[in-house]
Amino acid sequence: MRQRDFENRYRDSWVQLETWLKSSGKNTDAATLDLPAAYRDLCQQLAVAKERQYSNRLIDHLNQLVMAAHHQVYRQQTLRRKGWLHYLLSGFPQAVRANGRVVALASALFLLPALVMGIGTYNNDALIYAVMSPGDVLSLESMYDPGNRVLGRERGSDTDLAMFGFYIKNNIGIAFRTFAGGILFGLGSIFFLVFNGVYLGAVFGHITRVGFVSTFYPFVIGHGAFELTAIVLAGAAGLLLGRSLVDPGQHRRAVALRLASIEAMKIMYGTFLMLVIAAFLEAFWSSSTATRISIKLGVGGLLWLLVFAYFTLAGRREENNAG
Amino acid sequence: MLDTTYNVETPEGIDLRARAAGPVPRILAFAVDLFYRTLILAGLGIALAFADTAGIGIWLVCSFLLEWFYPVFFEVLRGGQTPGKKAFGLIVVNDNLTPISWGTSIVRNLLRFADFLPFAYATGVIAMTIGRHFQRLGDLAAGTLVVYREEDKAPIALPDSSPVPPPRNLKQQDQRALVSLLERHNDLSEARQQELANLLEPITHKRDGAALGYLRSVGSWLLGGRG
Repeated sequence: MRQRDFENRYRDSWVQLETWLKSSGKNTDAATLDLPAAYRDLCQQLAVAKERQYSNRLIDHLNQLVMAAHHQVYRQQTLRRKGWLHYLLSGFPQAVRANGRVVALASALFLLPALVMGIGTYNNDALIYAVMSPGDVLSLESMYDPGNRVLGRERGSDTDLAMFGFYIKNNIGIAFRTFAGGILFGLGSIFFLVFNGVYLGAVFGHITRVGFVSTFYPFVIGHGAFELTAIVLAGAAGLLLGRSLVDPGQHRRAVALRLASIEAMKIMYGTFLMLVIAAFLEAFWSSSTATRISIKLGVGGLLWLLVFAYFTLAGRREENNAG
Repeated sequence: MLDTTYNVETPEGIDLRARAAGPVPRILAFAVDLFYRTLILAGLGIALAFADTAGIGIWLVCSFLLEWFYPVFFEVLRGGQTPGKKAFGLIVVNDNLTPISWGTSIVRNLLRFADFLPFAYATGVIAMTIGRHFQRLGDLAAGTLVVYREEDKAPIALPDSSPVPPPRNLKQQDQRALVSLLERHNDLSEARQQELANLLEPITHKRDGAALGYLRSVGSWLLGGRG
């Protein structure tokens, strides 16, 4: 068959498919087309056209059409409604437990420097200046000075909202960077974990040393349950990426990285959610002065317990059934 | 082969073909997106200036969302194209040339930060130039690539020429050469086409206009035209 005859014979079906692809999702009249069948026919026609070495123009045109149809046929439906609930109830904590060793490593990378710096700044009043400028130290101290009731703590709801925006942009940005840095053979994640550990450890140690305990701890304990764990988890997710590149196991590095990123994202979705919760708490709960200190400490402790119980217990039954 | 063609064999036994987009159009597309994002933020800033401190909070949340999820939104809901990519005819697809989903889009955009390091997307550009298909780190981890979206060309109006059968059986290769000469009649200047036709003078014994006309006639016969 000559090319022109070939074109004439199938042109109508191509035009039909094209118009369907263009209008798909917009009007329902065009939904009469049997897409898989049309797609199979089209594939066959492209193969024939290639085999018979018809002109490039025709082959390109068919190739484009095949690709557009291919997009429709293989469109992935990922958002299942049940998926999210299932993820929150068991998928997220399961993923964290499944990567327990990496999470432990990330915790160590964060906590050990924090501990060292905390003890250091607690015993040595000059060490804080190694990580902060004197101006920053002053503003830090004034923020948590119990004698200074006005500064920072007593504020209207509009300030709370502004702070919420700041925490969202800043804290979640840090967590995302901690994760993303992991693809550089894990180095980025390690850097951010250690850096944040050192910084926060220094703040804790210094504030405790100068004795602003009654304002500082009630403030941080509530959102800390979510924020600190989330930073560690983001670091762990990043380390997963890094490990796949350093030690790809039985796969090629590209494949190992792909698999690791799927695993890491199971952790990252939940981490993102935890950080949003943390920002809420930090802006609207931790900063309130109306609440009594004992209540804040009690609720904060409860939140820590909740977070740990969630990661150790949630989704256990399903795991046992499966295993 | 030293070109940017990317082939994927589908389960249907068809080779899909796409051209991977290099760093330059992608950087330009990014610049366009950056411009839009800045514009949106500036607009929001002016609108929220009336809302005082609360406005700052909303603005910060919006700028966070724009920074990390602006591309995700467009890549998933607008068929793989941010406005910038659309302007340059680029599209993000999975490496089997299927449309990308939320998960893959989020991975490639979270890892954007690693590509940005140490400054101005240096890592990403280096990764792109080293890899075969111009993938930055985020693309490698998510299994995506950026290809050109081929716009459908209007069917070519072939020049009028009454079909003439070729003098003898031409080889496939020769047939294709003649057909593509016919198809490209708009892309090449008349003089160049005649020059090409003159190459065959020893066989056709014609020159210039006549030679070209004859070759077109043969080409049109090969395409299936009948006199």
